[in-house]
Amino acid sequence: MKALRLLAVGWYYQFKMISRSPFEGIGQVLYPLFFATVAFFIFRASESPRTLLYAALGSAVMGMWSATSTTAGNAMQRERWHGTLESLVATPPHFGLVLLPITLAMATIGIYCLVATLALGRFVFGIDLTVEHPLVFALAIVAAVTSFGALGFLFAVSFVRFRAAWALGNLFEYPVWLIGGFLVPLVLLPEWVRPISWVLAPTWGMSAIREAALGGSPLPDLLLCLALGGVYVGLGLAMLERVLGAARKRGALSLS
Amino acid sequence: MTSLRIFAIGGLISYRALFYWLTFWIFVPSLVVAPVFQILLFAYIGRSAELQSDEFYVVGNAIQYAAIPALFAMSQLVAGEKFQNTLGAILVSPAPRLPLFFGRAVPVVANSVFVAAFALTAGSLILGIDIPLTSIPALALVIVVAAVSCTGLGLINAALGLRIRENAVLSNAIFGFLLIFTGANIPLSELPDWMRAVSEVIPFTHSIQAARELADGAALGSVIDLVGAELLLAGAYSSAGYLLLRFLEGQGRRHATLERS
Repeated sequence: MKALRLLAVGWYYQFKMISRSPFEGIGQVLYPLFFATVAFFIFRASESPRTLLYAALGSAVMGMWSATSTTAGNAMQRERWHGTLESLVATPPHFGLVLLPITLAMATIGIYCLVATLALGRFVFGIDLTVEHPLVFALAIVAAVTSFGALGFLFAVSFVRFRAAWALGNLFEYPVWLIGGFLVPLVLLPEWVRPISWVLAPTWGMSAIREAALGGSPLPDLLLCLALGGVYVGLGLAMLERVLGAARKRGALSLS
Repeated sequence: MTSLRIFAIGGLISYRALFYWLTFWIFVPSLVVAPVFQILLFAYIGRSAELQSDEFYVVGNAIQYAAIPALFAMSQLVAGEKFQNTLGAILVSPAPRLPLFFGRAVPVVANSVFVAAFALTAGSLILGIDIPLTSIPALALVIVVAAVSCTGLGLINAALGLRIRENAVLSNAIFGFLLIFTGANIPLSELPDWMRAVSEVIPFTHSIQAARELADGAALGSVIDLVGAELLLAGAYSSAGYLLLRFLEGQGRRHATLERS
């Protein structure tokens, strides 16, 4: 119960803080809109059978991923810069319970991106945003945010030894947009890329959101998305133990 | 002679100073790998939408990505100095401003040229685009002109850094604006009239058009009007950037806001 409370309070506090940051809040919402606009123009001009709603959903989830990838890699480094990392690590609760709400809050900013992109599609490009299964659609968004946050947590822990962790986080923005099937069907990608797509929760989150909106069977995708999120958290926690253990041994926790 | 020294040595030192933060681990992901993935992303979106050939996206995005070093490195002209508390010391010096500011722009142009050329080469190799060998010198010229033109826009961006705090957000916004308006990914004929009118007066539109024609085997002579138009824009943006820097520097002195961060 205490752990859940810590997760909830941490998420709320971090979300409020990030929402007020011009770069992590406003910038992260604004930036994907440019890519969404390009996608809308491309699909509107094409004779492809894929609809503008397909592009709108893909672009919206692109924004959600951007909000996580560009900031989560740096989540631990950010605490280091703020001078709060040692205090947070020294607190009695597991450090994972402190770090996970940060990346979940970063992923939650993605909902702003989703709303902004869909609004852009609706009001500027006149896209009909009819959603076939609204309840499952909402659940799929929650699942996507949760798994994006979990992947962000894994990034944050994995990149902690790199001073330029934010650049590594940025590096994953375009590749996941591409191989997550956001705007490009996976069948168009080379075959060797597909297994990589399958182990990425964003692929299944995107698929669940699209199936729920266009009228398919989103539940298997949604469950896979959540399951992969769970795997990322498990891997992240295991790695965190090693990273913190090594940092304590070398007295290198605050080095930047 | 002093001006020449400020132009060359000042520019070089300022650029080297960038590398206290623009390390290998930032340079490679941001300026080598990311443009290649931007090309792949849009080439595959193009395949999915069945709109344009791979060559269209390779050329467009390779040149457009030169905006990242041009905008971000130029913004460090002000934001970086402000962050290190050295802006006041520089602006209080009697150094003539023309060589001071433009000396810092030259390495940025070189970096932008490298980024665009690398992205074009890598994108072409990965997606199997055949660019005639005879077109390469002319393509190189177009890339240089495009980089100069966008660095002019970067100078305006740098000047605005004297007034606004979030230069990174502004740089990203300008980058996104160029992504939409320059025809890097959207054929200009698909843009509404007012957007097409805007695209005529911003960096990259003409150079991307020229580069696409050259990649198709056209001679330099047939795109000289496009190159000329881009050069005119380069001159206009650089002049506007310089004047804006001088104006906002004066305002900053008057209102004691130079170090506002």
